[in-house]
Amino acid sequence: MQAVDVKGLLERHRHDPTRLVQMLREVQAAEGWISPTRITELAGALGLPRARVEGVAGFYAFFATTPVGAYRVLFSDNITDRMLGSVALRERLCAKLGVGPGEVRADARVSVAVTSCTGLCDQGPALLVNGHAIGRLTDARIDLIARCIEAQAPVEAWPPELFRIDDVIHRKDLILSSSLRPGEALRAAFARGADATLEELLRSGLRGRGGAGFTTGEKWRAAKLAPGPTRFVVCNADEGEPGTFKDRVLLSRYLDLVLDGMTVCGFAIGAQKGFIYLRGEYLFLQAPIEAALAARRKAHLLGRDVLGHRGFDFEVELHLGAGSYVCGEESALIESLEGKRGIPRSRPPYPVTHGYLGQPTVVNNVETLVAAALVTVNGGAWFAKHGTAKSPGTRVHSVSGDCARPGVYEFPMGLTVQELLDACGAKNAQAVQVSGPSGTLLGPAEFRRKLAFEDVATAGAFTIFGETRDLLDVSVNFAHFFAHESCGFCTPCRVGTTLLKKSIDAIAAERGTRRDVKVALRLAVLMRDTSHCALGHTACAHFLALHEKFKPTIDRRLSSLEFLPTFDLDEALAPAREVTGRDDGQAHLEDT
Amino acid sequence: MSKTFTMDEREIPFVEGQTVMQAALADGVYVPHLCAHPEFKPHGSCRVCTVKVNGRHAASCTLAAREGLVVENQTAELRELRRELVQLLFVEGNHFCPSCEKSGDCKLQALGYELEVKTLHFTQLFPDRPVDASHPDLMLDFNRCILCELCVRASAEVDGRHVFALSGRGIDKHLIVNSESGRLADTSIAATDTAVSVCPVGVILKKGRGFRVPIGQRTYDAAPISAMPEGKKP
Amino acid sequence: MSAPKRKLKVATTSLAGCFGCHMSLLDIDERILKLLELVELDRSPLTDIKHCGPCDLGLVEGGLCNAENVHVLREFRKQCKVLVAVGACAINGGLPAQRNHLDVRECLTSVYRTVPNDPELPLPLDHVHPINDVVRIDYSLPGCPPPADALWQFLTDFIAGRTPSLGHGLIHYD
Repeated sequence: MQAVDVKGLLERHRHDPTRLVQMLREVQAAEGWISPTRITELAGALGLPRARVEGVAGFYAFFATTPVGAYRVLFSDNITDRMLGSVALRERLCAKLGVGPGEVRADARVSVAVTSCTGLCDQGPALLVNGHAIGRLTDARIDLIARCIEAQAPVEAWPPELFRIDDVIHRKDLILSSSLRPGEALRAAFARGADATLEELLRSGLRGRGGAGFTTGEKWRAAKLAPGPTRFVVCNADEGEPGTFKDRVLLSRYLDLVLDGMTVCGFAIGAQKGFIYLRGEYLFLQAPIEAALAARRKAHLLGRDVLGHRGFDFEVELHLGAGSYVCGEESALIESLEGKRGIPRSRPPYPVTHGYLGQPTVVNNVETLVAAALVTVNGGAWFAKHGTAKSPGTRVHSVSGDCARPGVYEFPMGLTVQELLDACGAKNAQAVQVSGPSGTLLGPAEFRRKLAFEDVATAGAFTIFGETRDLLDVSVNFAHFFAHESCGFCTPCRVGTTLLKKSIDAIAAERGTRRDVKVALRLAVLMRDTSHCALGHTACAHFLALHEKFKPTIDRRLSSLEFLPTFDLDEALAPAREVTGRDDGQAHLEDT
Repeated sequence: MSKTFTMDEREIPFVEGQTVMQAALADGVYVPHLCAHPEFKPHGSCRVCTVKVNGRHAASCTLAAREGLVVENQTAELRELRRELVQLLFVEGNHFCPSCEKSGDCKLQALGYELEVKTLHFTQLFPDRPVDASHPDLMLDFNRCILCELCVRASAEVDGRHVFALSGRGIDKHLIVNSESGRLADTSIAATDTAVSVCPVGVILKKGRGFRVPIGQRTYDAAPISAMPEGKKP
Repeated sequence: MSAPKRKLKVATTSLAGCFGCHMSLLDIDERILKLLELVELDRSPLTDIKHCGPCDLGLVEGGLCNAENVHVLREFRKQCKVLVAVGACAINGGLPAQRNHLDVRECLTSVYRTVPNDPELPLPLDHVHPINDVVRIDYSLPGCPPPADALWQFLTDFIAGRTPSLGHGLIHYD
């Protein structure tokens, strides 16, 4: 660990408070945590109240405001990691290193904990060490990691093979088979003109690939027409929904298409500035993206008078997240881009009129921008020929879980669940979670349903559970995920996700009764009906679906009794037994 | 003719720019609320003002009033949701009313009475939240914080001091003060600050005056919160 | 002509409480004579009966801070058709629960030079719990203590077979 040069850091970030999350990332990377002194220094230099900086540092999971290990190991804790054996691997690493889960070793060398899905579900189990991703974990690789830590080797000097990330593509269609050259979409846009480019996008019927499915052309038009001195384009690369990883592949293999899409958007709506908000878990994409941006500046694909088009200037800036799922929600993402806590805003007003710094802002998913670039070149009619009438085009699916060939699959919209199961070699699937924990749980009776906005809408995650899996374990994992990722702004989600987690944990531990199920269902309704944002609205969907479609998986873990204590009574006497040395009959309590 | 919307079959007049809650309160119709305050921009975090608008749930404090809206306010369903939200706030903190100086003047407690909360229903979390008595004139009892951010907003917008902020997230979200030591005594707060008086519960307290008004003779002992004129503040 | 009504059997107890709720019950003053025409007391600090027989109604004051509290509460749940959590401590742990952020081991070792280990002494739980954490509760009557009028209102409603209802002024947490 090396002390950070605060002065240099501030200069590199132009003393710009909107870069606060980026600055804190650098402090974290250099010093392993963000100390109270650093918070005071940054606040003073940026002219921000100290408490506000502390609040930002305290919001993001990757920022440690108390010391963690010099090597901070965070195991990806998605259900797919667990299905691939991550729990045993984590225990193995803890045993090798002599450190308890969630603890910092006495010599401060290492800490081992968990983090939300790191987007390597097709090559899990995975972990992050000081932010760097390692996939395809095995006993041997865990042992190698333990040796590197004990040898105090800098992470940069660890065997590069550990950090290899594969782009596993199994089926290509419109997007993944594209051979467009960098700038080709831009030239097409310049040739058509801004208004015609927008018309073409509207004609394509392209709908946002982030999940909500708002018509992209309408979004662009609204931002274009909104009053304001300046406009922004944001690429939402905060691919946080557990089970999704296709944006990682798009950013790694099709980056110029993404950047073309952003630049076309800038041209169409009259924006001069774009941001890529990249999830912190994809740190390995930072250098390639920075390099691509530099190359595009050199090739006049960015900068003043892009490609010689007089009067159209466009720049793209990369921002990294720091461990927050809710920042995938567009208004929370904008807050984070502004250097704040990632709290979803009250809407309306929407970002298209009041976005980044209060200005009209288009926030589009990575895949949406790629599709927009293709539409610009090939035309709206070409795009609309594919997919269904209500869901034109193709969809890139992230397939993981119990199947022969996990990875990325691009198919026209309207593919049935069964067709995708067949394509990836999933036999005897018991259920599929479409679109991640916030999405939809489908059983075999629904495998004929179509993956399209008009039937089962999806943001791309497709997680398969084979017949031997216990689906209650899935619900437990999802409940923990939402409790960890709730931003805490509103009462129902902040408290509800924690109480729901406790209820489902009790049921899973066979300490639950029908009353716990009733409480969980009530909480689910409360969160769905009164939460501030979509995270809270959907945080209970997994349990509602499980109860509706797979009720016996819950029932078979319930106690036959109508009522059980909410805590382990005998365990509650253990501390007193310890200090009194008693172990007589009166020193114990039974559950009933 | 002024514009109106309907709330529980009553026509509520409004002017452009008002929220549903503002218009209702101005017309003498009570909508439960904790984080909303007439002097601050609506914020929408406590959710106890949830109403049903054209069949969909929404926080009335952030919802712009529009001609022709059909709003449900006092229905059994909404009362149940609001009661559960108040119960969540109670189980989240340590709300031991008998020892609280704010008892009788506390909006959370008054809302508990209003919604007839007799039991907490959910399992209490019993968090560990040490108090801060470092300041000579003030003390902070975080056990009672409902994270409404009124002190955050008041200190920033009215007092111009930025004494309070929030840190952490999810169930670990908590109120912090603007000093490296984390102690209130090391901030620039003054006992006369709006941030001090705006606290709807018993977190920010002035020392030496706790029981000047006896229990039983306090704001919400006289009448339920729903019958209190909006301007009257404890 | 209906047969004369049987007197309701009522038991009361104070677990981790201060007997303040019982004092409040006595605060119904002369109405207690009317009450005794309608109910017969079983186990209660007022009768000194040590164990509870089958009852119609059990009033439980106080939360759970030790093993004995749990045993008594279970006896009440077993014997009483209807169980009422009376007062702040029974409902949410109340004053005793203010120790919940402390380690019970440290409490005991810092108070006693030698921690008593007599089996007669009930062992403390690591945390103080409201009673609905351990048994099902049918009604709750908040207050520290609940006002005498609230207790009276509840009891007369209950005896008359009406769903007990407390209006403004009778629901109190302090």
